[in-house]
Amino acid sequence: MSAGGFRAALLDPGRPAPAGLADGAGHAAGRRFDVYRNNVHASLVAALQTGFPALRALLGAEIFRGLALAFVRAHPPRDPRLMLYGDALPAFVEGAPALARFGWAPDLARLELALRAAYHAGDAAAADPAALGAIAPEHLAGTRVTLAPAVSVLRSRWPVAALRAHALGGGPRPDGGAEDLLVTRPGFDPVAEALPPGGAVAVAALAAGETLGTAQDAGDAEDAAFDLGPVLGALLRGGAITGLRSDSARETTP
Amino acid sequence: MFDAMREGLPQRAGVGFKARHFEALLADPGPVGWIEVHAENYLGAGGRPQAQLAALAERMPVSVHGVGLSIGGEAPLDAGHLARVAALCDRVGAASFSEHLAWSTHEGTFLNDLLPLPWTRATLDRVARHVDTVQQALGRRMLLENPSSYLVFENSEMAETEFLAQLVEGTGCGLLLDVNNVFVSAVNLGFSPRAYLAAFPLEAVGEIHLGGHAEQVDDRGAPLLIDDHGAPVADPVWALLGEVLARTGPRPVLIEWDTEVPDWPMLAAEAVRAEAALEAVR
Repeated sequence: MSAGGFRAALLDPGRPAPAGLADGAGHAAGRRFDVYRNNVHASLVAALQTGFPALRALLGAEIFRGLALAFVRAHPPRDPRLMLYGDALPAFVEGAPALARFGWAPDLARLELALRAAYHAGDAAAADPAALGAIAPEHLAGTRVTLAPAVSVLRSRWPVAALRAHALGGGPRPDGGAEDLLVTRPGFDPVAEALPPGGAVAVAALAAGETLGTAQDAGDAEDAAFDLGPVLGALLRGGAITGLRSDSARETTP
Repeated sequence: MFDAMREGLPQRAGVGFKARHFEALLADPGPVGWIEVHAENYLGAGGRPQAQLAALAERMPVSVHGVGLSIGGEAPLDAGHLARVAALCDRVGAASFSEHLAWSTHEGTFLNDLLPLPWTRATLDRVARHVDTVQQALGRRMLLENPSSYLVFENSEMAETEFLAQLVEGTGCGLLLDVNNVFVSAVNLGFSPRAYLAAFPLEAVGEIHLGGHAEQVDDRGAPLLIDDHGAPVADPVWALLGEVLARTGPRPVLIEWDTEVPDWPMLAAEAVRAEAALEAVR
């Protein structure tokens, strides 16, 4: 009996227990093999429940369990770090016809992935907010920032942060529309904060190492009324800026 | 920080660390002289898990217990995973590193369970190679844990205790004796736990595990115990612990409680009982 046959039978409840396995008295193993099968499925479904609590709450325990079992069989983990398991879940939800009526579900899963990634992200000391204020106004546009490893941006057609809050017990069910979110980790607990129109591309520019001036321009291109100030405020509140440096070559940028 | 890496685990009671017990453990560890963590839960880059572990590692010895190396697997060990585990051991100054006599990964698929092996010469050669690889990567002697079993392989060529003795002989590794696993396997497979322990290479035991189990029945109505770490340690397991300690003298004894995790006082009470069993042989 091979490990390959053992694995195939573990992941497919339709298959009989592999041959060559017995109880202690020479009878076929039967239900004893199911102990391993159950452990594999139950532990991986539990890992997904831990990773996607809001998705489970909104889909309901039964639908989520069916989704999780199908996902475990189609995408068993490739890494022993279960804190990473589920990266492929949003696309899997998108491709599941039975879940088509839950249009918000893939992006809610993406938000939960982003929050989990932020929870485990590397530590980085936040810059003193006063340091930004200390930069002379004429040098601000040429300043670049370093963002913490926990920072990410999620753009969604759905109000997924409000849906998550609703799912986890706070706030009414939102009826809003698209939402751009900034994920940060002040201290140890990640937060998702709504960004104004233009904010997502501005943060993406900062993350790519562009100057504040370029980030403002990027935001302007999406929304003529865009103001980088409140976005910087959100980043500072989230402990998301870990370094500031002025670029003297760009000091005269209008 | 004391040098736990050099001094090893103390011959006291320890507990498997759960985040929910962090404050209580920090405020007053009571009978708990050391903790054990599952390596795979602490391989993130930072955040609360790393901060809690660092804070505890400053105060007490930490045992790193792997559940994902797949030492019994057919393929070579995952070098990247092994390097991350080695870095974790260095980071917390691990007093001990242990893993399981089991497999969990096949052709890159990680099944998240401790899966069984046939006790054959081929398995022995493969496991010995993998234990050598781990010990070289970590620069230390590792402990290997006896499994809890629900079935046997008809092609096994030797007893589990013989397999373990040859592994110790061939690799110089130590053993982590899980007394609950012995009891669970003995009930499930119909052998005497005392006969098993009489044949067990006790001189190699560097740590003892205790945990709870659940009771089910198999297709024929025979008792089938499930090693779920979700209950207090059963009385017959405490009795076996006393008999083992009478032969080995004090050893580091860990309480594992991983599902239906209780409040701190209940877990601490199990550690008090383990400490009393140790005191009886000091």
